Amino acid sequence: MPESSAVAPQYASIPHRDHTAELGMWVFIATEVLLFGGLILAYLVYRHAFPQGFAAGSRHTEIVIGTANTAVLLTSSFLVAWAVEIFSPATSKIVTWLLVGAACLGLVFIALKALEYSGEYDEHLVPGINFQFAGPKANGVQLFFIFYFIATAIHALHMLIGIGLLITLAIICRRASTKRHHTALHSAALYWHFVDVVWIFLFALIYLPGRSTS
Amino acid sequence: MSEKNYLTTDFTLRSWFLTTDHKRIAILYFASLIFFFFVGGAAATAIRIELATPQADLVSSDVYNRLFTMHGIIMVWFFLIPSIPNTLGNFIVPLMIGARDLAFPRLNLMSWYVFMLGGCVTLFAILAGGIDTGWTFYTPFSTLYSNSYVIVAAAGVFIAGFSSILTGLNFIVTIHRLRAPGLTWYRLPLFLWSLYATSVILVLATPVLAITLLLMATERFFGVGIFDPRIGGDPLLFQHLFWFYSHPAVYIMILPGMGVINELVSCFSRKEVFGYKFVAWCSLAIAAVGFLVWGHHMFVSGQSLVASLVFSFMSFIVAVPSAIKVFNWTATLHKGSIHFDAPMLYALAFIGLFTIGGLTGLFLACLAYDVHATDTYFVVAHFHYIMVGGMVTAYFGGLHYWWPKITGRLYSEYWARTAAVLIFFGFNLTFFPQIILGAEGMPRRYHVYPPEFQVWNVLSSGGAAILAVAYLMPLFYLGYSAFFGKRAPANPWDAPGLEWQTSSPPPEFNFETQPVVTREPYQYNERFEAEPQNA
Repeated sequence: MPESSAVAPQYASIPHRDHTAELGMWVFIATEVLLFGGLILAYLVYRHAFPQGFAAGSRHTEIVIGTANTAVLLTSSFLVAWAVEIFSPATSKIVTWLLVGAACLGLVFIALKALEYSGEYDEHLVPGINFQFAGPKANGVQLFFIFYFIATAIHALHMLIGIGLLITLAIICRRASTKRHHTALHSAALYWHFVDVVWIFLFALIYLPGRSTS
Repeated sequence: MSEKNYLTTDFTLRSWFLTTDHKRIAILYFASLIFFFFVGGAAATAIRIELATPQADLVSSDVYNRLFTMHGIIMVWFFLIPSIPNTLGNFIVPLMIGARDLAFPRLNLMSWYVFMLGGCVTLFAILAGGIDTGWTFYTPFSTLYSNSYVIVAAAGVFIAGFSSILTGLNFIVTIHRLRAPGLTWYRLPLFLWSLYATSVILVLATPVLAITLLLMATERFFGVGIFDPRIGGDPLLFQHLFWFYSHPAVYIMILPGMGVINELVSCFSRKEVFGYKFVAWCSLAIAAVGFLVWGHHMFVSGQSLVASLVFSFMSFIVAVPSAIKVFNWTATLHKGSIHFDAPMLYALAFIGLFTIGGLTGLFLACLAYDVHATDTYFVVAHFHYIMVGGMVTAYFGGLHYWWPKITGRLYSEYWARTAAVLIFFGFNLTFFPQIILGAEGMPRRYHVYPPEFQVWNVLSSGGAAILAVAYLMPLFYLGYSAFFGKRAPANPWDAPGLEWQTSSPPPEFNFETQPVVTREPYQYNERFEAEPQNA
């Protein structure tokens, strides 16, 4: 490298680098929106075609676990936002614990999700593996559960990546917290909040249809 | 030439395969794409040999299905989509904006590895026995009936999609954040506007393909009925999702080519591009409207007439910005001081071929005519005029134009011009007969056909032979020049772009001092303060 500065050669300064990195994360989130957007579109098309089946399918989901998970995820997002807000070399200890707490809540989410999956397996609601459902709504219910499993599995995968990011940042903060990790933390937080927002949509689409009627 | 350039900083294999230098990554892509181009080309060769006679004499119908699928998948995802963005774009974007690298150099390297992983998975699917669904993976054939490696091939395309997204993301951020001081948006060379528009499509459309292929593979693997009408699924939904990506993808495959043509036409007419702002915004207009026309692939699928009418109308609209570009290039030529160097021959070939491709596209946008032309050679000819006549020709043009910058060597002008002319004639001889075949009703994707079509098919196969030779020629004369060619000066074309203000080949970090931009692009009229030319 021609000059031994703190930033890579393509950047003029540290703020320049940080703004660039943040824009990168926003563009990445744009691409993610379209990934989930395609899936949600397909869901909506079929929900429109099979309103009864989707309502019946939705009533077979565990709304208690779903609601609990929503609370868990929102709390975890709050911890991350808090960490971003107070981040400085002086507060590295608190930031580390906040990130560990957020990651642990993420793991709680995954554990509850696994519990939910196993319950659905026991009830023979897993399409392609053991799906059994009698009656005229069977097709709609099966389509509902196909989307349920695909959407929540992709979301869980994003959660696992996010948990990995949070733990990595917690380790970095513990070892050597400097100003320059603020952007990394900020970008990871953006990603975590995005995964959170996706869940809000999935929660409404998966657990709430058909609850007012039976 | 004592100072080290990017090619001579280090010679180890490690320095190539772990490089974060955008210029070296461009070379990695370039080498990979040559390989994929000839794999796809080999399939095309077999197809054209088979079609030289009306009977099946080379391959069975099953093998033929696998051949055209392989041709399509390799050429679309492993050649055309990455072609100009990942080779010329990777090399030139930072140089053009006066930056020392792309915004995320490690991500750039990662995108190459992801691309190669996707390519290897797809090649494995081909070597293991191939795929017979066509490049479109239409359900329910792909999910229920096909006895071929559909999931593996879809996985390869899926993986390569991440590479597209990462490249698009890198370009968007780079063009936003790393422009040299004084380089405002309206001072950007038009190549960058095109690549920016392309990147927006890459970032916004590719994830939809990813989720579509994932749904298709899930249905096939688990035997569930996402698109299976017997249990309530809708095969048309697959087509909608697929074309929501794949029609914008068509613009991924032409916008970068249009961008290159701006640079070439302007340089070899020694004139500013006519109507700069129109051309710039037309790139974005094509990207935006291109998202709203996918239904014209489905006019005979049974979608509602209202939908078809809207998609037909939008398809006419999207032709407007493309036409504006063609008119502006011809207006740029008007009263220009035209030099028929090899890159200019490619650019002129592009304008002609793209115009034919565009006009046949308007035929297909017409509902009534499309019913007649759907799934005939008319469609095949149309998109080959755009993608091969347009994009590949622009790719060759850009490659010749920037070759002295990339390698620091000059190629043989005689051979380059010969190849350009041969490509133009070979291409037209290959594909113009297909327009006629299609209009007369010959369907695509059949390996046998009625004897009355043979004349045109023989002409087409003959043209393909010429085209094959013409495409092989640059491999030799450009390859030769890379090692034994005359040394190129920093600015062999006497062009004002920033990429010409640094040495050829450029040093590792592109510029010795940060360039500052004080003028609009394409100022060929004024004498710009050229750097002292290398003697």
